[in-house]
Amino acid sequence: MSEAIVITSGKGGVGKTTACANLGVALASLGHRVVLVDADIGLRNLDVVMGLENRIVYDLVDVVEGFCRLRQALIKDKRLDGLFLLPAAQTKDKTSITPDQMKQLVDQLKEEHDYILVDCPAGIEQGFKNAIAGADRAVIVTTPEVAAVRDADRIIGLLESSGFDNPGLIVNRLRPKMVAKGDMMDIPDIIDILAVTLIGVVPDDEYIVVSTNRGEPAALTANKSKAGQAFMNIARRLLEEEVPFLDLNEHETFWERLLRLIKTG
Amino acid sequence: MFGWFSRKQQSKDVARDRLKLVLMQDRMALAPHTMEQMKDAVIMAISRFVEIDENGLEFEWKGNERSKALVANIPVRSVRRGKTND
Repeated sequence: MSEAIVITSGKGGVGKTTACANLGVALASLGHRVVLVDADIGLRNLDVVMGLENRIVYDLVDVVEGFCRLRQALIKDKRLDGLFLLPAAQTKDKTSITPDQMKQLVDQLKEEHDYILVDCPAGIEQGFKNAIAGADRAVIVTTPEVAAVRDADRIIGLLESSGFDNPGLIVNRLRPKMVAKGDMMDIPDIIDILAVTLIGVVPDDEYIVVSTNRGEPAALTANKSKAGQAFMNIARRLLEEEVPFLDLNEHETFWERLLRLIKTG
Repeated sequence: MFGWFSRKQQSKDVARDRLKLVLMQDRMALAPHTMEQMKDAVIMAISRFVEIDENGLEFEWKGNERSKALVANIPVRSVRRGKTND
């Protein structure tokens, strides 16, 4: 049974593309056949995050317009067996495809792959409608900020009215030290407000910046970073496995603790 | 050092409270001018039968999460007698 999952957020810049790349890597490393579909036509980025930008020949719009066959447009990842990318077109816009065409494309991809991960563009317009068209389930990415959570709530409403029940939530870029100080909303606050199921918490991690610089998603070397591990765990939760949440608290030294207590009182 | 005893509100609580308020408005999905139009239509309909005190009129959304109720408090001055048409 194949499944298509759309990764969405409403707000831009919260880490949809990073989440999509890492979850794809994680699912493929667990032995599944995975296609990552970049639905952000005109502003493609999944290719650079995956480090596959130099291998693009055809794109999603070429396939839809019958300019090439689907198989020709799929880029095979050399690092992991069974991982593919279908890049977005860069010189077209969101209106180059319709939700119906997207659904057909996803259905066709399902014939030969276990998981289709669709990287949704920011916003709630045509690009969003296209991206959710072929999906069976939705994953929402947010960060612990007012603007991101507000947009996530809007997206949850729109998903509900499109028939998606109970989307999974990923809280990205959590900073445990700020949470401990009461300077960042914590997970219970966010869950209480959005009323959806939490499927993962990814800490703010410099390793993500470094790995994105290199085009090597953190989940490729999951044991090297907490963020990589977190994405690995989320992938396993997508597979219905019960995985305990990571302990993100960096245990502070005696002097750090003393300093903090003196500063904050 | 007095901070040990009197803690000021943490910024995450401010964020949470602001978010709750803004989501309350977002989830109602009714633009402010639609609300005004609806209010006027209700006043017109009721004024045919009773004389109301428009200054004392209260129109607000009650409830929380994703379900809402529109609660109207309309003070009546007197009941109109006789012709109700026109």
